[in-house]
Amino acid sequence: MPKTQGQPGMLGRVTGALGRSRELTLVALIVLMCAIVSLGAPQFLSISNLDQVTAMAAIFAIAGIGEAMVVMTKNIDLSVESTIGLVAFLVGVTLRQGDLPVPAAWLLGIGVGLLLGMVNGAVITVFRIPSIVVTLGTLSIFRGLVFIIAGGKEVNLSDLPAGYANLATDTVLGVPVFVIVAVVIVAIVGLLLWKTRFGRQVYAVGSNAEAAAILGIRSRLVTFAVFSIAGLLGGIAGVMWGIYFGTIYATSASGVVLQIVAAVVVGGVSIAGGTGTVVGAALGALFLALINNALLVLQLPQELLQAIYGAVILVAVSADALLSRRNKGQAAQEAAR
Amino acid sequence: MTAPAVRSRRLPLASLARWETLLVILLVGLLVAGTQLSRFFLSANNFANLTSSVMEVAIMALPMTLIIITGDIDLSVESMVGLAGAVLGTLMLAGLPLPLAIPIVLIVGGLGGWLNGLLVTRAGLPALVVTLGTLALFRGLANVILGPTVISVWPDWFTEFGFGTIAKSPIPYTLVVFAVLAAVFWLVTHGTWLGRQVVAIGKSKDAARYSGVPVASLRNWLFILSGVVAALAGIILAARFSSARNDNGTGMTLTVVTVVLLGGVDINGGKGSIPGVVLAVFVLAVLQNVLRLAGVSSEFQGIAVGLLLVFSVIVPQLARQAKAALDRARRGRRPPAGSMAAGEINV
Repeated sequence: MPKTQGQPGMLGRVTGALGRSRELTLVALIVLMCAIVSLGAPQFLSISNLDQVTAMAAIFAIAGIGEAMVVMTKNIDLSVESTIGLVAFLVGVTLRQGDLPVPAAWLLGIGVGLLLGMVNGAVITVFRIPSIVVTLGTLSIFRGLVFIIAGGKEVNLSDLPAGYANLATDTVLGVPVFVIVAVVIVAIVGLLLWKTRFGRQVYAVGSNAEAAAILGIRSRLVTFAVFSIAGLLGGIAGVMWGIYFGTIYATSASGVVLQIVAAVVVGGVSIAGGTGTVVGAALGALFLALINNALLVLQLPQELLQAIYGAVILVAVSADALLSRRNKGQAAQEAAR
Repeated sequence: MTAPAVRSRRLPLASLARWETLLVILLVGLLVAGTQLSRFFLSANNFANLTSSVMEVAIMALPMTLIIITGDIDLSVESMVGLAGAVLGTLMLAGLPLPLAIPIVLIVGGLGGWLNGLLVTRAGLPALVVTLGTLALFRGLANVILGPTVISVWPDWFTEFGFGTIAKSPIPYTLVVFAVLAAVFWLVTHGTWLGRQVVAIGKSKDAARYSGVPVASLRNWLFILSGVVAALAGIILAARFSSARNDNGTGMTLTVVTVVLLGGVDINGGKGSIPGVVLAVFVLAVLQNVLRLAGVSSEFQGIAVGLLLVFSVIVPQLARQAKAALDRARRGRRPPAGSMAAGEINV
């Protein structure tokens, strides 16, 4: 990173510093928003409300981490919401029939998520088809499978073991279980990307696939692995979705791919591939969950939510583009000097 | 000018002609299956039904074809369908006559498309993310405008336009709209410099810019066009269901993109034809009708559309790979990997 010698000005320096670390920007935004919202509605910062928000944020963070890895390789997975819906429904039906003990049903669900991710990865890499097309297709194929399993009936909370839904808000030493799961996954995937050869390959494939190929990286294998991991994490998110809501419909989790991609983009993972961190994606998920909750506690109309998400996505990517253009300009100035 | 501009120079013309032939064969096969399933299949009534059920998708597929040829994509169309219905219904309830409200709705569509185009061409953002953002934004605006209200009282002439047919013939009014639009798109895309410029952008934006093609403004106008046409589709949908709800059109983008790719348009840009897409529209319409006649419920049809999308891309891809393998075999060994772009990598 070249050192700037021009006079970027106060504003330039601040945005430059924030732009260099999207994670810091998000932490600042999250703190700022909590402060403002709690002025209008003190119950925003109550323990029970925060438990609710963080449980939801954890689900989106886990799915978002998978999506972030996919986006880092310059791909996209639009089918993840159907994976979540399918796994949540499947686990619910299995528990309703009582065939399997609870942990086995969860493992089954996570395994199905992995399988769906492998299907995406295989079709994309074997036939060399753009991921957007494949996952747009599997988005509706996987959802169709949910309708087949459902056969017009939903899974009700009363069908599930007693106390099942309480897991969503259970805490260990005051920390919600869901948050612990999310933090552990952030740590594992973060280390995987940061410290291992595979992690560097993920970034290499996303930033320049041809150069990666010349360096001997098997980019299709990396892509396949990334989609498989995204499926696995989608499966975990699906299991947690089922626990959180208890009642699961065939259409559950429809449309949440928007929120997941938004979390990733807001978290600073560039859609152009090759950059970003999973911590950013997780913070992005938390930020969006807080917006959602803020509307609730401030008693603003819920109808605003989607419009706000749309605006947040557009602002985040516009800011990315502006900052990267400025950095490029500075680098060019430096090179010319 | 005999060869349409949109055909790729690298592939022989015959291979694209074959794609459209394939669609015709598929269509005929489906028609035969339909007649086997029900004796009402070939009735005028059924024809009117099956065509009018896909006309919104059909008209949106036309600008989407050009957008995908330039290498962009517009995922926001389904939300514009909802927003258009919401604005139209609200203006009508406010006492504005429909003939005045409709042009306003089309302008709203154009403004929405302009926002997409501006963010893609001026801010240089990827169309995928921009239109994913406006997919949420437009739907959100529809939610804000309409809330949970359903507007279901419309003038008779308006609902008649939505699903009625011309004077007892089996031709729906909306099919006429589609036919006129398709003819214009066909002429412009395959017969004018504009169409050639669109293809040039899809093949190489830089090369097109250096050849004097106004790349940014053309891409921008295509997004505006897509917005206007999506608003028109929203008006038609509101008329056909005689209802404006905030979730009108949800999930439609998938079908529009499916039709375009099934029509032989390359998702990577640079290649595609309007006649192919028109054929794909009818393949989809007949397929949905046949599935319904076969007793497949509408929920499972999502699987059919998804599979159709994936296969319509796998098949040409396999053909391309086979052809490349054949070329390699003919030419002998391919050059060693190290010989290309050596020294161009900055490590």
